[in-house]
Amino acid sequence: MSELPASPLVSLRDIVKTYHRGQQTVPVLGGITFDIDAGEFLALMGPSGSGKSTLLNLIAGIDRPDSGQLVIGGVDIGVLDEAELADWRAQNVGFIFQFYNLMPVLSALENVELPLLLKDMTRRERRERALLALEMVGLADRAEHAPSELSGGQQQRVAIARALITDPTLIVADEPTGDLDRESANDILHLMQRLNDEIGKTIVMVTHDSRAAGHAHAIMHLEKGELSGREEVRV
Amino acid sequence: MLFTLIFRNAFRHRLRTLLTITGLTVAILAFGLLSTVISAWYAGAEGASGARLITRNAISLIFPLPLNYREKIRQIDGVRSVSLANWFGGVYKEPKNFFPQFAVEPESYLGIYTEYRLTDEERREFLHDRKGCIVGAKLARTYGFKVGDTITLQGRIFPGNWDFVIRGIYTGRDAKTDVSQMLFHWDYLNETLKQRSPGRANAVGVYIAEIAEQGRAAEISRAIDAQFRNSNAETLTETDRAFQLGFVSRTESIVVAIRIVSYLVIFIILAVMANTMAMTVRERSAEYATLKALGFGPAFLVLLIYGESLAIAAIGGGIGIAATFPAAAAFAKTLGKFFPVFEVSNTTVALQVLWALAVGLVSAFFPARRAARVKIVDGLRSIG
Ligand SMILES: Nc1ncnc2c1ncn2[C@@H]1O[C@H](COP(=O)(O)OP(=O)(O)OP(=O)(O)O)[C@@H](O)[C@H]1O
Ligand SMILES: [Mg+2]
Repeated sequence: MSELPASPLVSLRDIVKTYHRGQQTVPVLGGITFDIDAGEFLALMGPSGSGKSTLLNLIAGIDRPDSGQLVIGGVDIGVLDEAELADWRAQNVGFIFQFYNLMPVLSALENVELPLLLKDMTRRERRERALLALEMVGLADRAEHAPSELSGGQQQRVAIARALITDPTLIVADEPTGDLDRESANDILHLMQRLNDEIGKTIVMVTHDSRAAGHAHAIMHLEKGELSGREEVRV
Repeated sequence: MLFTLIFRNAFRHRLRTLLTITGLTVAILAFGLLSTVISAWYAGAEGASGARLITRNAISLIFPLPLNYREKIRQIDGVRSVSLANWFGGVYKEPKNFFPQFAVEPESYLGIYTEYRLTDEERREFLHDRKGCIVGAKLARTYGFKVGDTITLQGRIFPGNWDFVIRGIYTGRDAKTDVSQMLFHWDYLNETLKQRSPGRANAVGVYIAEIAEQGRAAEISRAIDAQFRNSNAETLTETDRAFQLGFVSRTESIVVAIRIVSYLVIFIILAVMANTMAMTVRERSAEYATLKALGFGPAFLVLLIYGESLAIAAIGGGIGIAATFPAAAAFAKTLGKFFPVFEVSNTTVALQVLWALAVGLVSAFFPARRAARVKIVDGLRSIG
C-alpha cells in the first residue's frame, strides 16, 4: 500500500493572542506552533490562567488569534468570515463543555438533535440519528428527560452525543470532567476514549487533572502562554 | 424545533411570563376602552351632517332667537327647508336620569334628520298628537319606554310638570346615529308657555337649515348671519358637524388627557416588557453562545428572541383585544346615557394590534441585537 504524505489534521503556526483589559494588554498566547494528527487524543494541561481554554477556543474556531496561521483539515480558518466560520464549526467541530451547556427547555433527545437543524434532513432522520447517538452513550432510555432530570454525568453524556451527531472531524472538550465526581468522570473519559479508539475521532481535551489526562495519547503542557513540553502516554 | 424552543423559552419562568401577559392584557384593554371613549366623544359630530346649518344666537346658545327668523332664513338662496328646536332639559323622575330632549317642529325636523327612522304609522301618530313624543331606541331600552306610555318630565328651564305620550320609537340609519334623544312638538311647549309664562313664548333655540349643496355651506352661513346683522338678535351659523365639534372642542382638554393616558399605559407596559426581555436574554447568554458555537448564526438567535417576545405580546394583546368587547359593552351599559354611540371601532382594534406588535418588536430589539453581537467566548464565560 502506498502511503499519502501524512499532513497533520490541525496545524498551528505562531499563534499569538492578547487580551486588552482597559489600557492594559494581557499577553495570553505568545507564538504557539504545533500539530495535531488525525486520530489523536491530546490532553492540554497547565496551571490556571496559562491559556489552555484560549488555545482550545482558537482551535475550535470560536475565537480568533491576533496573528499566526491555523489550518484545520486543509482549511485556513483565519480567512473565513463569521458566517463561513459558523458553517465550518457546524461541519467540523463537536463541543464538550465543563458545564455541559445543554438547552434546559429541550429533552435529552432534542438536545442531541439540535445541531442537525443546520443540516438538510427530515425530522424523522434527525430523530433516528439522535436516538442512535443517545444509544451510543447509553442513555436511550432517558431520551425524553429534561437536563434537570439527569445527573451531571448523564448530562455530559448527552452533550457527548450532541458533539458526535454531526460526525465532526474534531472534538474539543474544555475540562469535561471538571464538574463531576470521580466515578462519573471515569465514565466520561472511557466514553471519550472509545470515540477515539472505535470511531477514530480526533479529540483535544483541556484538563487540570493528570488522571484524566492519562486517558489521552499525549499530553501537551502549557505554561504562561508557551508550550513547555509534550509527553506521550504509555498504556 | 424552532417553535418548541420559542414556546418553551417563553414559559420558562411561568410566573414572570404570566405577569407580563397580564400587564399586556390590561394595557391593551385599557388602551382599547380609552380609545373607544374618545371615539364616542366624537361620534355625535361624525354622525352630524355638513349639509345642515345650525343658526343660533351669536351671544350664546342660551339666548333665544325670534320666531320670525324662520321665514327670513327660508328665503335665503340655497336653503331648501328650515326647522327649529329648543333644548328642553327636563328631568325624568330623578335628576340622575339625564337624556337630551328637544322641542322641535316635527314635520320639517324629521324631513331634515332623515337618519331618524320611524314606521309610517308611528310617524303619523306622532305628527297628529300635539302632546306626542318620539324616543330613540337606546333611550327606550334604558328606561323601558313603550309606545303608548305617558311620561312626565319636570322642567328645569321651563318649570312645571310636562306630560308626553310616546308615539314612536325611532331607530338610526347607522351606528353613528344618536338614538338616545327624545323629540316632541315645539307647539306644545310654546302654547303651554303662552299660558304659564307668556314672556318666554315664541322663542326659538336654534334654527336648522337644510341646504341643497354642501359645498355652499360657508357662503350660505355668511348670508344668514348677514341677514340679521345689526338686529337685536344677531346670529351665528355653522354646519351641524362644526356645531357638534364645537361642543367637543370645549371638552378637548379632557379628550387630550384621556389620549395621553392611553398612550402612557402602552409606554409603561413597553418599558416593563423590554426590561423583562433584557433580563431574560441576559440570563441565557451562555445558551445563546452555545448555539452560536454549534454553528447557529446570529439570525437564528434573533428569530428566537423576537419569536419569544412576539409570542408573549400576541397572547397578552390577543386576550386584551378579546376582552375589550365585553368590557366596552359593560361600559356602555353604565355610561351609555352620556355617550349616544359606544362601540369598539375597527380603527381601535387595528391600533391595539399595532401597539401589541410594537411592544413585542421594540422589547426584542436591544436584547436580540446584543445576543447577535456578543462574542461566543464572552457569552460562554458568563456561565459562572
Ligand atoms: N475575555 C477575556 N478578557 C480578558 N482577559 C481574558 C479573557 N479571557 C481570558 N483572559 C485571560 O487570559 C488568560 C488565560 O485564560 P484562559 O481562560 O485561557 O486560562 P486557562 O488556562 O483556561 O485557565 P483555567 O485553568 O483557570 O481555566 C487569563 O489570565 C485570563 O484572565
Ligand atoms: Mg480554562
